[in-house]
This record gives sequence, structure tokens and C-alpha cells, in this order.
Amino acid sequence: MANTFELLASSTVGSGGAASIDFASIPSTYTDLLIKVSGRSSTSSDWEDLKIAFNNSTTDSQYYWKAVYGYSGTNTGSNQGNGNSNARLQGNVTAATATANAFGTWEMYVPNYATSNQKTVSTDFASENNSSSTLLGLATNLWNQTSAINRITIATSSGTNLAQYTTAYIYGVKNA
Amino acid sequence: MAAGTTYVPLATTTLGSATNSITFSSISQSYTDLVLVCNGLANTASSFDIQVGNGSVDTGTNYSITLIAGDGSSASGYRESNTSACQQMGIVYTTPMNSIIYFMNYKNTNTYKTLLSRNNNTGFRGTAATAGLWRSTSAINTIKIGTGGANMSAGFTATLYGIAAA
Repeated sequence: MANTFELLASSTVGSGGAASIDFASIPSTYTDLLIKVSGRSSTSSDWEDLKIAFNNSTTDSQYYWKAVYGYSGTNTGSNQGNGNSNARLQGNVTAATATANAFGTWEMYVPNYATSNQKTVSTDFASENNSSSTLLGLATNLWNQTSAINRITIATSSGTNLAQYTTAYIYGVKNA
Repeated sequence: MAAGTTYVPLATTTLGSATNSITFSSISQSYTDLVLVCNGLANTASSFDIQVGNGSVDTGTNYSITLIAGDGSSASGYRESNTSACQQMGIVYTTPMNSIIYFMNYKNTNTYKTLLSRNNNTGFRGTAATAGLWRSTSAINTIKIGTGGANMSAGFTATLYGIAAA
């Protein structure tokens, strides 16, 4: 039987960090996509939001984001960005003041990425480290464009580099 | 990644016209877990419910759910018991939704069955995770998606995958 869950590409951030992870030329021959990130930002914080872009579009008005999260052990919250500067946010990873060598876990599923429908995603994320400043959450995003997704770019919300040893893997899932 | 035998597409439905239910029956018992991936629109807001069974779906009050959700303003939790379906495993609306539902140990005849859904709709309710329980030791070989008073729109997709532990 042919593979139906295949690794398409991977990326490991090298010394000095990287401004983004960019999966370009994504084939349209799968049904869904799954991206798994083990990540850390270089910004001076315990965690930092990630921003996504589909097909290199940074037009915020095309995106709608909602998230729910628990943080620091006792707090919960929910946030959103509807076509504004927060609309491309999508979960977070650990950052420079978190426990050394602790990387956040971030996973995004993109169903029907190659269709002419608007695209929705589902993301789970956690920034665990050995302090009380931790965060765990769920997020979704709607990209209201009908183009097939052929490129996904992941960067920090501040533009600070992703830290060395950040890894990302993208998988294609076929329904037949 | 040679995972072709552990993430196997078992069935796919793409709606040709609007309807309020999709059923997968005679589900293979050759896997450990199942994953159901759903994506699309509906004509109005409604709970996205799951019923399961063996031979036919159980319509008795043998289900319960607990969820955590965020609508963009606040986080909330909710629970209900003794219902006739695992309700709110997602939300359908006139904006696109997705719901990814895991059925753990679906063929185990010693345990009740646990479902876990990650569901999303930026236009209504937002993002949520829902845990469901079906209080039966029967193996699951039938799954029904229902949307109450709403109709899923033409083009709505539902794909069932089998996950094998070995």
C-alpha cells in the first residue's frame, strides 16, 4: 500500500538562529498537511507567539485567529484577532528566558489545503519549562483565500530569530 | 517515513448535497485507534455530534462530554452527562469548521470508549477540545456524525483513518 502519511520536508535552525522556517513548493497531491515544531524564540521572554503565513501572504485581513490557553498553573484566557495585526498569530513556543534548552511543542493540522475552499487549521501548543511561567493552549485560524496552499512560513511575532536547534517537519496526509 | 500501514484511509465522504448526517459503517477492526477528520460549512449553527455503536449506532443516553473552549474573549468549560450522543465534538456554522476526532482503543471489548476532539470555527465559538465517553464495552464498527437542526453543506468532507499500534 502506498504511503498515506509522508514526510515532505524538514528544517533545523542552525547557529545564530533564523528569522523564519519556510516550507515552499508544497505539492498539491495530498489531502491534509501536518506540521510539527519543536521551537524556541530568541526574544527575552518565557514564551513568544508564532505567526504563520500561507503562500507568502502577510495581508492580515485574510486571517482570523482564536486561541484558548492556560498559563502559569492557575490562569486561563482566550484571545482573538480578526483581520488585524494579531490575526496571523497561532500559538507559541518557549523563548530566551525560559529554562535553558527547553523547547516549546507546536503542532498544526491543515485539512483540505489544496482545495478551492477557505482554509481552517487546528493547532496545539505548549511552552513548558522549569518555572511557574508556562503556557499550554489550543488555537485555530481561518485563511479566507481559495488558493491551494503551496507555501507555509512560520516566524516569531516580534521578528526575533527562532533559536538554534528549532526543528520543523511537514507531513502530507492522503485520504486515498 | 514508512507509515503507510499505520495511518490508513478507511473511507471518505464528500457531500454532493446538503445533509444533516454522515455514517461510516462496517469499520475495519484491524487497527488500534481511529481518526476522523472533518472540514466544511453548514447552513446554520449547530452542535457537531457523534454517535457510535456496533452494527448500528447507540441512541441511548450512554454518552458524556467535557470540553474546554475559547471564543476569543474568555475561556470556558462545560460538561454534560447521560446524553444520546457525544455532543459538541465540534461546531458547524456558515464559516468553515474543522474537527479532528480520535477514537482510542475502538475495538477493545473490556473498556468503555474515549473520544477526543480538537474542533475549530473562527466564525462561531472559536477553538475547543472535547473529551467524550461512550459507556459500552462493545467494539465500535459504526460512527455517525450528526448536526441536529443544521445541514452540512455540499463539499463537506469527512475522512476516517485507521491507526495501527503495530
